[in-house]
Amino acid sequence: MTVTAQAPAPEDTRVSLTFAKALNTALADEMAADSTVVMFGEDVGPLGGVFRITDGLTERFGEERCFDTPLAESGIMGMAVGMAMNGIRPVVEMQFDAFAYPAFEQVVSHVAKMSNRTRGKVKLPLVIRIPYAGGIGGVEHHCDSSESYYAHTPGLTVLAPATVADAYTMLREAIRFPDPVVFLEPKKLYWTKEDVDLAALRAPFEDSAPFEDSAPEAEAAIGRAVVAREGTDATLIAYGPSVSTALSAAEAAAAEGRSLEVIDVRSIVPFDDETVCASVRKTGRAVVISEAPGFASVASEIVARVQERCFHSLGAPVLRVTGFDIPYPAPKLEHFFLPGVDRILDTVDELQWEDK
Amino acid sequence: MTIPTGNTRAGSAEGTRPEDNEDRTATMLPSAEPVQLIDADGTHRHSDKYPLPDGDALKAAFEGLVSGRRINDQANALVRQGRLAVYPSSHGQEACQVAAAAVLAEGDWLFPTYRDTVAVVHRGVDPLQVLTLLKGDWHAGYDPYEHNVAPQATPLATQLLHAVGVAHAAKLRGENTVVLAMCGDGATSEGDFHEALNFAAVFHVPVVFFVQNNEYAISVPLKNQSVAPSLAHKAIGYGMPGERVDGNDAAALLAVLGAAVERAREGGGPALVEAHTYRMQAHTNADDATRYRSDDDVAKWVPRDPLTRLRTYLTSLGMLDDEAEDAMKAAAETVAARIREGLNTDVVPEPMDLFNYVYDSRTPQLSEQAALLADELSRAQD
Repeated sequence: MTVTAQAPAPEDTRVSLTFAKALNTALADEMAADSTVVMFGEDVGPLGGVFRITDGLTERFGEERCFDTPLAESGIMGMAVGMAMNGIRPVVEMQFDAFAYPAFEQVVSHVAKMSNRTRGKVKLPLVIRIPYAGGIGGVEHHCDSSESYYAHTPGLTVLAPATVADAYTMLREAIRFPDPVVFLEPKKLYWTKEDVDLAALRAPFEDSAPFEDSAPEAEAAIGRAVVAREGTDATLIAYGPSVSTALSAAEAAAAEGRSLEVIDVRSIVPFDDETVCASVRKTGRAVVISEAPGFASVASEIVARVQERCFHSLGAPVLRVTGFDIPYPAPKLEHFFLPGVDRILDTVDELQWEDK
Repeated sequence: MTIPTGNTRAGSAEGTRPEDNEDRTATMLPSAEPVQLIDADGTHRHSDKYPLPDGDALKAAFEGLVSGRRINDQANALVRQGRLAVYPSSHGQEACQVAAAAVLAEGDWLFPTYRDTVAVVHRGVDPLQVLTLLKGDWHAGYDPYEHNVAPQATPLATQLLHAVGVAHAAKLRGENTVVLAMCGDGATSEGDFHEALNFAAVFHVPVVFFVQNNEYAISVPLKNQSVAPSLAHKAIGYGMPGERVDGNDAAALLAVLGAAVERAREGGGPALVEAHTYRMQAHTNADDATRYRSDDDVAKWVPRDPLTRLRTYLTSLGMLDDEAEDAMKAAAETVAARIREGLNTDVVPEPMDLFNYVYDSRTPQLSEQAALLADELSRAQD
């Protein structure tokens, strides 16, 4: 189900798809496959969402299946909890990362805890779609990287796809997942296009119902990181919007004769220690890249996990390239804040290649 | 399951909201005074709008009050003995508790708060399972699907939105379910109260919001929460009817809540009911009510007790005598004894359960942590 794992497909089934269209297609396919899947949020009806991720869904499935709500995020989240308690699989859209904060109490106190407090009697199979992170020149409150809040909350599954194929596959997996999923969609990737084999991406979902036996399938993307680029000298560990930056850095490093492996984490929770650590043990060096402020962040957690598990394989301390510990900057300043190729390469240079 | 097609909106062709706004406001305003059918002296007060429930229903309600009062007293005693960590008592509010459960049909849903233990028990949930939360063995102690009772909510007003969601799902699935969602006067200040009522009205779903106004949110009196004419008046702002009722009058509560439930079941949409009652005891055993209200304030409410007036009324009609009440008290004592015995038995919660329900299947990280605890436990046994 991953890009790298795909068998070569016949030319005529490959289509050029944007990240946004892949998400839209995944929603439509899952709504067609399961009539209990219901999509709602702000402006997701006739408008199709401010990023058009729900484009055409109301027209195709009716306004009882894809509808606008009053403008109230806690209301959206709390209503989704009740619907999930009563046989519906809600997918809700929080219009922007920072607009999800009014729903925080519902997410933390109810979405995340319902299974545990009821000893698994009440499961909440719902998906919280959040357009997140920056790099699009957005005004304030539209560019937050809020993954750490969710990743820090036991009971939530937190995903951040970085490729068009994963956008499709992981959203369908998320909707079928038995537990609540926070699905982080990197805004800056919405318009990126890739050639994908849509038929091959759809195939695993045709006859099977993943996760029905309450165990993720071996091939599922949830819980599995992937090697986005193979290398031998050091590992760049990234997720969501930072993966493409890491790949660009690896490309630039290759030109300078340094071979960097890139790991696309994809699934922040559950975290795939195995794939990440296998790479670091192989290369002996690692840099973790993330847009979010670095203090007490997912990037910090990854550094801790890697050094706990790979200490004897490391030739240098694991370093981070993250956003500064400041509020997300205004559009004309964001390029100073975001992890870029140069800052990544500078950090790779710091990995104690020679004894000083 | 197929979701029937149809518009989900209140203003749609399918919705039953009156299209002409001629006098919608008049139908949404609460009565001038709280509806009362049996006054504090036990005398029937006529109401043009709400007929008195029949004798059997009132007698059953009285039995519920006797049982509810005994459960409250027993739980308080168990707190003093250290068998319960804490108990927010509904002493004095038992009429609200009993009526909330009594007006619902089997497939309906109840969304209670931490103070609504008696309502949950009256709905049919095993009291020992209900008290699991307050005993500290786990969080929700009962299976919400067994009696369609949501876990008792501690974060204020959050459960009202879940109630809207359950009702919305029921509507999409074509089920004839009504949801009764409980909260207190303090919770009406929360944002989720506003969002829940607005969502319920816009989506025209069958939820009855039931506010027990017991005049205090821990220490803060109602006048510091709201200066609305009444909490029931808030309904009109959302486009739903509001009603207020004497919260110590089981007959009026059965009539008013029953009418709201019936209206919702017939497609009339949500409603807000405010019951005027009083929290006769402190917020919990950890609270000192003498710091913010006087004994005289509390004493004023003693003559308005819900049991006294219903006993007087039923006795005056010859529907209740000492023998019948003794039988009810004996049944209540059996429940109390069961609670006592159950709570005096130490249950050792299974530590490994800490990891079993966080996710449908453990993450690799939780598996590691579970192994750590299992190792500690095995070494502790050596």
